[in-house]
Amino acid sequence: MSTDPAARAATTPSPPAPYVRIERLTKRFGDFVAVRQVSLEIARGEIFCLLGGSGCGKTTLLRMLAGFETPTEGSIYIDGVDVTGVPPYERPVNMMFQSYALFPHMTVEQNVAFGLRQDGTPRAEIETRVEEMLSLVKLDGYAKRKPHQLSGGQRQRVALARALVKRPKLLLLDEPLGALDKKLREHTQFELVGLQERLGVTFVIVTHDQEEAMTLASRIGVMRAGEILQVGSPTDIYEYPNSRFVADFIGSVNLVEGKLVEDEPDHVRIDCPQLGGTVYVDHGVSSPPDAQLSVAIRPEKLQLARERPEQPDNVLAGTVTGIAYLGDATRYLVRLSTGFVLRVTMPNVYRREEQFEQGQPVWVHWHASAAVVVMR
Amino acid sequence: MPGRRSLFVLMALAFGFAFLYLPILAMIVYSFNASRLVTVWDSANSPTLMWYAELFRNAPVLDSARLSFRIATVNATGAVILGTLAAFALERYRRFRGRALFGLLTTAPMVLPEVITGLSLLLLFVALEQAIGWPGGRGATTITIAHITFSMAYVIVVIQARLATVDRSLEEAAMDLGARPWKVFFVITLPLIMPAIASGWVLAFILSWDDLVITSFVSGPSSTTLPQLVFSKVRLGVSPDINALATILVLIVTACVVAAGVYMVRLEKRRARDAQTAFDAAT
Amino acid sequence: MNAATERLAVRLRGLGAARSQFGRACVILVPYLWLAVFFLVPFLIVLKIAFANIQLSMPPVEPVVTWTADKVLQLRLHFSNFSFVFGDDLYIAAFLNSLKVAGISTVLALLLGYPMAYGIARAPGAWRNVLFLLVVLPFFTSFLLRVYAWLGLLGRSGPINDLLLALGIVHEPLQLLQTDFAVYLGMVYSYLPFMVLPLYSAIEKLDLTLLEAAADLGCRPTKAFFTITLPLTKEGIFAGCLLVFIPAVGEYVIPALLGGPDTLMIGRVVWDEFFGNRDWPVASALAIVLLAILTGFVLLLQRVQSREEEA
Repeated sequence: MSTDPAARAATTPSPPAPYVRIERLTKRFGDFVAVRQVSLEIARGEIFCLLGGSGCGKTTLLRMLAGFETPTEGSIYIDGVDVTGVPPYERPVNMMFQSYALFPHMTVEQNVAFGLRQDGTPRAEIETRVEEMLSLVKLDGYAKRKPHQLSGGQRQRVALARALVKRPKLLLLDEPLGALDKKLREHTQFELVGLQERLGVTFVIVTHDQEEAMTLASRIGVMRAGEILQVGSPTDIYEYPNSRFVADFIGSVNLVEGKLVEDEPDHVRIDCPQLGGTVYVDHGVSSPPDAQLSVAIRPEKLQLARERPEQPDNVLAGTVTGIAYLGDATRYLVRLSTGFVLRVTMPNVYRREEQFEQGQPVWVHWHASAAVVVMR
Repeated sequence: MPGRRSLFVLMALAFGFAFLYLPILAMIVYSFNASRLVTVWDSANSPTLMWYAELFRNAPVLDSARLSFRIATVNATGAVILGTLAAFALERYRRFRGRALFGLLTTAPMVLPEVITGLSLLLLFVALEQAIGWPGGRGATTITIAHITFSMAYVIVVIQARLATVDRSLEEAAMDLGARPWKVFFVITLPLIMPAIASGWVLAFILSWDDLVITSFVSGPSSTTLPQLVFSKVRLGVSPDINALATILVLIVTACVVAAGVYMVRLEKRRARDAQTAFDAAT
Repeated sequence: MNAATERLAVRLRGLGAARSQFGRACVILVPYLWLAVFFLVPFLIVLKIAFANIQLSMPPVEPVVTWTADKVLQLRLHFSNFSFVFGDDLYIAAFLNSLKVAGISTVLALLLGYPMAYGIARAPGAWRNVLFLLVVLPFFTSFLLRVYAWLGLLGRSGPINDLLLALGIVHEPLQLLQTDFAVYLGMVYSYLPFMVLPLYSAIEKLDLTLLEAAADLGCRPTKAFFTITLPLTKEGIFAGCLLVFIPAVGEYVIPALLGGPDTLMIGRVVWDEFFGNRDWPVASALAIVLLAILTGFVLLLQRVQSREEEA
C-alpha cells in the first residue's frame, strides 16, 4: 500500500542529500530557551513530524522555519540557500496554521488566490491554478463561499489549498488535524498523505498527537524542553526508543529500572528488583557494566497464561487486579509478588475465550526480543 | 426570576429610564410651544414650528454649526489615523523604549479634568506663538488640535480592543503568502478592524461636536463653535430656539443609533443563517 | 560556504531587520510625538507657570528661567501660588466641596445604576439590546443640551413646580434651580450611563450556573445576590465609580448652569481664575493640586483593588 508512510520509509532506506538543513538552531526569549542547539536534516519529499508536548519548542522551531521568529543562534538552509534572515514574505515556504487563519473577509477563491496575487502572477494563471487546487482538495463549487459558511473539514482543505497553491519548497503544518473530530481526522490523514505524494512537496508537521505523527510521518523527531531527543521512522521510535522519555511518550509502556549483570555481544541479562528477577534481552547494549538503566516493554508484547509456559527466562507470576475491556483488546493490570504492577494488553481474537478474571493467578511472559534497554 | 426582587428591578428600570428620557421629551415638547416663556404652554398658538423657522434664519447658529461640523470631521479623521497607529503600536509591539510613558500618555487625556487639558493646551499655544510665531492666534486650527489630542485616547481604546481580538495568525498567514508588512496591514488588518475604526470615528466626532470646556480655552474671538454659542445663550436662561435645536440634534442621533441597531440585528441574523449553511454543508 | 558569503548573509539579515525597524518606528513615533507635543509639554508648561509670578503682560507671567546680567542661568521658583491656594479658605472649600459633590453623586448613581444594569443584563434577549441602546443613546446626545433640559424642568414656572402646586404639596413655587440639589441631579443624570455600562458588562459576564449552584446548596436569592453576584461584579463597580467620580470632581458645566453662585466647585474656580481674574499662575497651581488629588485617589483605588485580588 503506497499511502502507508511507514512502508514508504522502509523502501527508501537512505535519504538523498538534505533538502532542509537546520544547524545548531537556538531561540531564547529573555532567559527562557525555547529551542536549544537543534540540528536536523530533512530530505526532499519527506513528511517530517515534530512531536512533543506543549512548551517543548516544536512550534517555535516551526515558526523559525516560516520566518516569524528570528533564531538567536544557528542557521537554516533550504535547497542549499541560507534563509535564516529572510523575512516570511520572501521565503519559498508556506504554512498551514493551526487555526487555519482563513481571511474571514475574503471568499474561498480570494483566500486561495491571495499568495499568487502577492507575487504578481498573471490573472489568467491565477484563475486556472486556483481552480486546479480547489478541485484537488475537492472543493469545486465552493469558490464563492466565505470561510464562516464552511464546515471545519472544508476550512481545513481551503487552508491546505491556500498554502499549496504557491508550490512552496516546504510546507509547514501546525497541528493540521487538531481542530477536526475523530472520524474526520482518520479520513483526512490519508487524504493529506495522498496529496503530498502527488505533489511531492516536503512537509514539516508539528503535532502533540502521537497517533497523528505515526500515521502521517515518514520520520519523526521527538522533542522535549527545546531539544530533539530522537529522530527516526515511526517504527524505530516505537520499537527502539532511545530514552525513557521517548518510550513513555509514544504509546503505553512498562518501564522498570535495572542493572546489567550479564553483558554479551548477542544478549544481555538485566537484574530488575522491581520484577523480582532478571530480564533476558536478545541484543547487546553498549553500556559500562553496573550502569543503571531501564527496561521498556510494551503492554501488547506481554502475554498472559494460566499455566507456566515452557521457557527458561522472562516468566513472572502474578495476580490480575484490574481489567479494562477496550473492544479490540483487553487491558489487564497484573500485580507481581514484589508489588509492582504490569500493564498487559491482549487482543480479543476470540469471543469470550482466553478471558482472565479478577483475582486470578496468572503467568506473565514475553519473547526475548520484546524488551528494549534504554540508557537515560 | 419572578418574585419581589424582580419587581424591584423592574421599578428601578422604569424609574431610571424615565429619569433619563423625561427631560429630553419635555425639551422636545416645549420646542413646539409658541410662548417665549418656554415652560408656559401657549395653547392658543401651539403646536408651532416657528422656533425651527427662526433657527434656520439665525446666521450665528448656522455659522457655528458649520464650524463645529467642520472641526468634528477633521478631528475624527485625524484622531482615527493617529489612534490606529497608537493602538497598533500598543497592541502589536509589546516592547519598545518608552512604552510605559506612551501607555500613560494615551490614557491620561480620558481621566484628566477638561479644565486642566484646556488650560495646558492654551498655555502651550501661547508659548509656541511666542517662540516660533505659530499658530498665529487661536481659532479652528487650535481647537482641532486640542480635540484630536483628547479624543484620540478614546479612539485608541476602541481600536485596541478590536485589534486584540484579531487572530495574529491571520496577519502571519498573509505575510507567509508573500505580503509585505504594510500590505498586510492594509489588506488584512484594516478590513478586520474597520467596524472599530468606524465607531472610533463616530465617537471622536461626537466628542468634538459636543465639547465646550476645552474649546473655550483654545478658541479665539473669530471662532465660536455650536456648544459655545448654546452655552452663552442658556447661561441667561431657557430659550425656545435652543429647544428646537436640541430636538433636531436628538432626532438625528436617535435615527443614527436606531439605524446602527437595526443593521447589527440584521448582521446577527445573517451570521446565524451562514452558520446554518456551514452546518448543512458538514452533514 | 566560505567566510565572505557568510558575512554577506549576516549583513543581509541586518538589512531586513533595519527595514522592518523603520516601519515600526514610524508607527510608534507619529502618535508618540503628537502626544508628547500636545499633551506632555503643555502639562510641563502648566507646572512651570504654577511656579511663576503674575505680571501685567501677554502672557501674564514672569519667566521662571532667565539669564541674569552676568550670564548666569537663573531659576526662580515661586511657591507663593501654592501657599496662596492653601492659605485661602475659598480654595480649600472648593476642593472639599468638589470631592463631596462628586462622592455623593457617585454613590447615588451606583444605587440607581446597579439595579438598572442588573435589569438590563437579565432581560430577555431582544429586550436586552433595546434597553442597552437606550442607555447608550443619551451618551451620544449633547451633554450640554441634556443639562440644559433641566433648566426648563426645574424653573420656578417649570413642570415640576406646577405638579407640586397642583398636588397641593407646596403652596408657592420652590427654588430648585441654583441649588446643590440641582447640581446633584445634573451630575447623576449626566453620568448615569457611565455607571450603567461597566456594571452591565460585569453582570452580563457573570456565570448564571453559579447562582443555580448557590440555590441548589440552599441559598435564598437575596442572600445569593449579596454573597455571589455583588462580590463577582466588584470590578464593574470599581470601573463605574471611577468613570463617574473622576469627571465629576473637575466638572464645570453642571455647577455653572444648575448651581447657585455659592456652589463652589474646583473646575468652576479654575475657569473663573483664568478667564475672570486672568491669574494664570494661580489657575495653574489649582490645576496641579486638583491633578495631585485625582492621581492620589486613583492610586489608592488601584492599591485597594490589587490587595483584593491578592487576597
